[in-house]
Amino acid sequence: MAGLEDLYREIVLDHYRNPRNRGELPCPPAQRAEGFNPLCGDEVVVYADVADGVVRDVRFGGQGCSISQSTASMMSVAVKGRSLEEVEKLERSFKSMMSIVTDGGETASPADLGDLEALRGVVKFPVRIKCATLCWNTLTETLRS
Amino acid sequence: MSATAPMSATAPTSDLAAATKTDFPLLARDVYGKPIVYLDSAATSQKPQAVLDAMDAYYRTVNANVHRGAYHIADLATQAMEEARAKLQRFIGAASPREVIFCRNATEAVNLVAHSWGRTNLAAGDAVLLTHMEHHANIVPWHMLASERGVELRWLPLDDDGRLDLRHLDQLLDGARLVAFSAMSNVLGTIPPIRRIADAAHERGALVLLDGAQYVPHMPTDVAELGCDFLAFSGHKMCGPTGIGVLWGREELLEAMPPFMGGGEMILNVTTEGFLPNELPWKFEAGTPAIAEVVGLGAAVDYLDGIGMEAVRRHDVSLTAYALRTLTERHGETLTIHGPPEPAARGGVLSFEFGEVHAHDISQVLDTHAVCVRAGHHCAKPLMRRLGAVATARASVYIYNDRSDIDHLAEALDRVGDLFGPQ
Repeated sequence: MAGLEDLYREIVLDHYRNPRNRGELPCPPAQRAEGFNPLCGDEVVVYADVADGVVRDVRFGGQGCSISQSTASMMSVAVKGRSLEEVEKLERSFKSMMSIVTDGGETASPADLGDLEALRGVVKFPVRIKCATLCWNTLTETLRS
Repeated sequence: MSATAPMSATAPTSDLAAATKTDFPLLARDVYGKPIVYLDSAATSQKPQAVLDAMDAYYRTVNANVHRGAYHIADLATQAMEEARAKLQRFIGAASPREVIFCRNATEAVNLVAHSWGRTNLAAGDAVLLTHMEHHANIVPWHMLASERGVELRWLPLDDDGRLDLRHLDQLLDGARLVAFSAMSNVLGTIPPIRRIADAAHERGALVLLDGAQYVPHMPTDVAELGCDFLAFSGHKMCGPTGIGVLWGREELLEAMPPFMGGGEMILNVTTEGFLPNELPWKFEAGTPAIAEVVGLGAAVDYLDGIGMEAVRRHDVSLTAYALRTLTERHGETLTIHGPPEPAARGGVLSFEFGEVHAHDISQVLDTHAVCVRAGHHCAKPLMRRLGAVATARASVYIYNDRSDIDHLAEALDRVGDLFGPQ
């Protein structure tokens, strides 16, 4: 059995207890999308302010478990100030870490995931992978709109 | 909620579990090297050896398609299926086996009524009355009908203890053609005053559909006493296999309803011009049925009859009282248990919140202690909204659970506090 310490790393719990970039952004100019996890009812809202192909600002809201909330917090830190290409690369690298094969396939040079690395253990808890990917899918939705 | 149930009048709860636990092979396994503590019977019950044996014996010795062949084992298979139907008829106090329709589960049973009775009898402006504690299985079929036919959905509210608030029942029934509600909430355990609601509905000319998915496995059930017109339940929550459930309906209603699905078994005659439906109950059983599962469900009914549903109910009440008391004493400050505080007013379903910890995280930590509880919205999102919760953890008991299972849960919750408590 994978130990709980693989899942609930200190950095993860820290982002859960002290979420970064929690809140809202005025729409417009920001875009907004909602994501649902039908399994547990978690809801996440992601706001992104994109100008000239760069994510100027990002906020998230909603309610969910420690994994979904901490991932959203870490994601918000990781994507802020990045170009859309860099965000896409981050998402692919993150999903690859979660054993999810994305359309773009494995990137030649995986993005530096920073704090998000702490979520590597989630892959040992297959039920929780959806918790960790919910905010990424919602961000994609936001950026598409 | 203050859950201080008196324990004085209750017998030790371990008696029934001590007698039954060894009947369930799965409960002998361990999880991560620890004995399994299975507290998710509201999702599905474990299966006794007798049920597994009956299904195995069916496949090994009798397997043939039913109601078709003129050969010996085909006749045996048909008999096995119809004997099981008769057992279910007796189990729920139905007037005739013609009223016992086999379907996949309670969900399909509700859909059958919505599709067949609903599309025949409901028109724009008619109302269907539901409650705020329904499972999605008793919401979504009516939403589908509402958007297709312009039927109005109304909702009986809940009070803060999770009981139905019936103060405006008469108003809500005005213009209602059907009241469809859970006989025991899968989240709160609430057992509503079924007969009172049914009588009020009938006075106003509305029919009554009971979602018995939680009720039938746990309570002595008599459809005449309940006063309902339809009763839907699943086999897999009452020691039977998955994939088999029952719709009971009053015969004259079923007679007047058109078939649900078309195919083999449900016809008397088919021509290029049309078809003539079969008689009850087969009119509603298109295609080869889940014969082995029917046989398994029949064995489950025998098993429960051997215990006696009165004894099952006494065990549930006693263990629920113990759980409410134990959990509240140990975790009273951080723990919120939803639903009526009196064990006699509820089933053995305890949905709870533990401080600010999300149900998913609770369940994850409990899992490492081999404690199996459900986490999520329990297919009852409107109820979750009413409770102001995104999700709850839910522990639910059945005949094989005893006080030590509750003690394990209470202890494992300490570890949740260790990990997620104030730092």
